[in-house]
Amino acid sequence: MERNTNSSNIIVRLFGSWVSYMRKCLFQVLSVGPVPSHLAFILDGNRRYARKWGLGEGMGHRAGFLSLMTLMKYCYELGVKYITVYAFSIDNFKRKPDEVQGVMDLMLEKIEGLVKEESIVNQYGVRVEFVGNLKLLSEPVRNAAEKAMRITAHNNRAILLIAVAYTSTDEIAHAAHQSCLDRKEGVIRLSDVERHMYMGVAPDPEILVRTSGETRLSNFLLWQTSSSLLSSPKALWPEMGLRHLVWLVLNFQRVQPYLDTTKKKLL
Amino acid sequence: MVSSLQIRVGLGLPEPHRSSSVDLIKQVPPPPRALSSAKHPLLRESMPRHVAVIMDGNRRWARMRGLPVGSGYEAGLGALRRMVELSSNLGIRVLTVFAFSSDNWFRPKVEVDVLMALFDRGLREELQNLVSADVRISVIGDSSKLFNSLQALLANAIETTKKNSKLHLIIAVNYSGRSDVVQACQKLAVKVKDGVIEPGAIDEVAFERELGTNCTDFPHPDLLIRTSGELRVSNFLLWQLAHTELYFTESLWPDFGEDEFLQALSSFQERQRRFGC
Repeated sequence: MERNTNSSNIIVRLFGSWVSYMRKCLFQVLSVGPVPSHLAFILDGNRRYARKWGLGEGMGHRAGFLSLMTLMKYCYELGVKYITVYAFSIDNFKRKPDEVQGVMDLMLEKIEGLVKEESIVNQYGVRVEFVGNLKLLSEPVRNAAEKAMRITAHNNRAILLIAVAYTSTDEIAHAAHQSCLDRKEGVIRLSDVERHMYMGVAPDPEILVRTSGETRLSNFLLWQTSSSLLSSPKALWPEMGLRHLVWLVLNFQRVQPYLDTTKKKLL
Repeated sequence: MVSSLQIRVGLGLPEPHRSSSVDLIKQVPPPPRALSSAKHPLLRESMPRHVAVIMDGNRRWARMRGLPVGSGYEAGLGALRRMVELSSNLGIRVLTVFAFSSDNWFRPKVEVDVLMALFDRGLREELQNLVSADVRISVIGDSSKLFNSLQALLANAIETTKKNSKLHLIIAVNYSGRSDVVQACQKLAVKVKDGVIEPGAIDEVAFERELGTNCTDFPHPDLLIRTSGELRVSNFLLWQLAHTELYFTESLWPDFGEDEFLQALSSFQERQRRFGC
């Protein structure tokens, strides 16, 4: 019985290695064309996923978290340097208090998990940044976020930006406020505004993906995505996988020559 | 599937009139269908209050027909006329159109000159019609870079129509969403310097008041339509698009007619807007 279990484990491991190898080959082929350096995701559809599969309250968000970890791994293997995810909007505070608390508890649990030794963050040398109006978060969550940023500050292979307590309009108003404080003489330039954005730590994303088929921005990265390719796959966020990523990159590679030409004209 | 004729009858719209620019148009295959199709009749009470349009595809339309770029813009103007009339009949309150982006100055000078001349002529020819149709005109963007004659024409159109109230047509000329945000910051900085407001009072409400769209009570489009298949916002109305439903269609702008517009509105009415909740 034990020998059977051992040989099943070996087979599973071998199969896993083979799948991983094939995926890396696929990514090498994709990398012949341009690969986006920054992908942004609106993680929509977790609650619908839970209802679709008859899962309990909050299980959709857990499934969504697993999906995020997997997709992150694929993106970093492909060579994407920045990933931004819309984890929690300021508008989401309007949801039922139980639901908000559930998400906050999950976030706390997962932030603490992120910085553990064996997590994907350390495996891939990822620096974690929390962007948003962190003062709106409860103290435990805010402390955990600040700790995660401190612990991963030395990582520089890739960056994960997690937008919590974020809306673009809040970000822009905050940047305006900071710019006015800086420039007492009353002259504001584009660079002043950009410097004070929460997202100033990363270049603009080439692609913004919103899952679950909804086609709206929901107050996410309005400034940063003014020229980005917008994608709205019908898959719910927990259903996102390798084939969606491959399709995304192929579409990006199709339109990239036009985007490059336009950018060159503007410089 | 409900046809657009049934939709028009249901909404009490007048019979469609056909454009008279047929002579310029060679025989070409019918335009591709929009990405979403109408499944339900339109409800007047769920009509978007503010529709924004990125009128893309005029040059491609002309190239496909072997016509000069000017003909593409001309046909685009026709599509805009149809859109204004239809919006007014459907009870849409605000229509914002992206006529010229500040990024468009990098197009060939000949094309830009043709476009500016068309603005001029189009506005002169249509102003009286717009006045009779109770349409109010506003302009957003940096119009100081336009020819003096065009600036004067726009100022006159704004002044002449300022009391009209059926439809508010906002024309974005030499507009950039980012520049709009920066100029709003600039205005706030001057107010802080002059002691008109405290820096601590700069919040989203104070900021919104300084944007170009402060000319309307409904600055946030409910629906943004972009033609020609491009899937991007291209620096149009950044702040204002926070909760806007986006609709992308493969149709080129000159081909975007009543059918396509009704399909876009039908798609809008089917969407569930949650505003974060």
